[in-house]
Amino acid sequence: MSDDYAIRARGLTKRFGTLEAVSRVDLDVPAGQIYGFLGPNGSGKSTTIRMLCGLLTPTAGEATVLGSRVPGDADELKPKIGYMTQKFSLFGDMTVMENLQFIAQIYSYPTKNRATRIHELLDSYNLDAQQTQLAGTMSGGQKQRLALACSVLHHPKLLLLDEPTSAVDPQSRRDFWSDLFALAESGTTILVSTHYMDEAERCHRLAILDEGAKVADGTPAELQAATGMYVVEVTAEEPYAAQAVLAPLREVASVTQLGVRLRVLLPETTDDPIRVVEAALANAGLEAVAEPTRPSLEDVFVAVTGRTRQEAA
Amino acid sequence: MNSLSRTLAIIKKEVRQLRRDRLTFGMVVGLPVIQMLLFGYAINTDVRNLRTVVVNHADTHLSRQFVSELGQTQVVKLIGQASGPQELEDLLREGRIAIGVVLPNDFDRRVLDPQRAAVHLLVDGTDPTILGVANQLRAMPLSFNTAPATGVGNNIEVRPYYNPERRTPVNIVPGLMGVILTMTMTLFTAVAIVRERERGNLELLINTPVSSAELMIGKVVPYVLIGLFQLALILAVGRWLFQVPLRGSVVDLYLAAGAFIAANLSLGLFISTAAKTQFQAMQMTVFFLLPSILLSGFMFPFDGMPQFAQWLGELLPNTHFIRLTRGIMLRDAAIGELRQELLYLGAFTVVAMTAAALRFTKRLD
Repeated sequence: MSDDYAIRARGLTKRFGTLEAVSRVDLDVPAGQIYGFLGPNGSGKSTTIRMLCGLLTPTAGEATVLGSRVPGDADELKPKIGYMTQKFSLFGDMTVMENLQFIAQIYSYPTKNRATRIHELLDSYNLDAQQTQLAGTMSGGQKQRLALACSVLHHPKLLLLDEPTSAVDPQSRRDFWSDLFALAESGTTILVSTHYMDEAERCHRLAILDEGAKVADGTPAELQAATGMYVVEVTAEEPYAAQAVLAPLREVASVTQLGVRLRVLLPETTDDPIRVVEAALANAGLEAVAEPTRPSLEDVFVAVTGRTRQEAA
Repeated sequence: MNSLSRTLAIIKKEVRQLRRDRLTFGMVVGLPVIQMLLFGYAINTDVRNLRTVVVNHADTHLSRQFVSELGQTQVVKLIGQASGPQELEDLLREGRIAIGVVLPNDFDRRVLDPQRAAVHLLVDGTDPTILGVANQLRAMPLSFNTAPATGVGNNIEVRPYYNPERRTPVNIVPGLMGVILTMTMTLFTAVAIVRERERGNLELLINTPVSSAELMIGKVVPYVLIGLFQLALILAVGRWLFQVPLRGSVVDLYLAAGAFIAANLSLGLFISTAAKTQFQAMQMTVFFLLPSILLSGFMFPFDGMPQFAQWLGELLPNTHFIRLTRGIMLRDAAIGELRQELLYLGAFTVVAMTAAALRFTKRLD
């Protein structure tokens, strides 16, 4: 069993004083996959990751990571995992090369292969030109690549990434994800937290966290299929007015405006949702076109939390 | 083997960062030298040149002679004349003078009459040291006979051991070593760890195979070397600038310093487990530094302090280190004769180290 799952957790809970940051989270992360934590700030993503690598002691519940119980056996786990903190945590007053060498020493990477490995990383993470640059003076994307290089230097079986792309530009985000796919292909299990929908969509599986609780999990397709909602896309001349008409309707779960379009969520039990929407808009004298559409992860998030991401954050 | 190489990696990293941190690096050298110059020249218990104003109502040959002799003692510096005692009191209150001298109309007659005081000294008693010096002036001869007075004082003869010239730096410099090392060693260690926590480096480090012991030893070793270097610096400056002797053995002194540095580093480690920010670490160090200056026997003779203050003083590593340095440097004492002090420093290290190790976990909660 433990070979199939890199992480198993049951009832993982963390309280800070009266605040329950994580409540009764169950996790099954299959080995060799990219598993996403999707949720707004404060949803308990970081706290969960920190509990999984033994940095925080759970108030209740238990977790097994790569066959080791945490936090009890965290010491035997450390050499097997790589961890990338949300905030850049390498040494800003040391050069890229010095940081990599330090990490290699700390993980007791075999001396004779050390130089080869470091150059391999400099090459694959496009840091060759920055070798002698102080890490603190690099751009967000460069820092992120260095942090990833350092966290995978010792060939970890499991990589825990805490919002790795929160401080980088879109191009760097795309490059970063192609690096992650390459790592997953070579057999590394990756747990990555994010608040970007497009990133969540690229994960093999994901869990949606909201206010410390896991509200849904599965593959992106499963989650989209199981929303229990119809999604109607409305294209209107006056989207703002249309939203004002639709939002108060009894049948409508939520309305989100995206440019000139509105995404309207209605429960699966609604009879003929298109007609409901069109009739309401016609009554109000608004010109609009309503079409059924596939639920996106954004819709899934709204459906399971009852709020839009903007509201949640 | 791996453990050793990990510890070495931390040491190397620490030295590298230290070399790039100009401010800290400057403090390593600058702090001891500046403090030595400042304290070595400024602290002087041999009081001279107290500002003095005279009211001479007598204006006789004898009274003028007395005033001139007073000036020649160099204890007082005559800065002028005043019209009467009232003016002297004003000057005292305004802080312009430390001593006011009043010679009454009948000065000459009073000199002949042993029952009556011929000279009144109005002294600013807010500083007991000045009062003490003024009292010394009472020993000045005062008669029409110009031959030196003989009498009482000869029954007791004082022979100053170890510092016959009564130079203050001889007393100050060995104590200053303790003060400087307390400040730098405690502060550097505490800040070195708290800074990594603030910057987030610690979260990365505790997620690697590095153990708490490796991390602590690796962070502390560079500062031990810095401490020993500072000691050499202070010794050199003390010797060349202030002619402070080193009568005992250098090896003994370094043994004592080693124990003292260990005690302060352990304390620094303990502070680092309690402080959340570098600023807090700094505050805690100062909280500890002040008593180390005031209650350790550095500034005031330990025997003269109230019992309660002595108990507090006994707890401070600096108190014991100052006894060690003054003993070894000035009195040529062997370290064996001072083993009690060394033992206390060892005990302090063990307690502080244990407390720090218990508090430091590879966890964030």
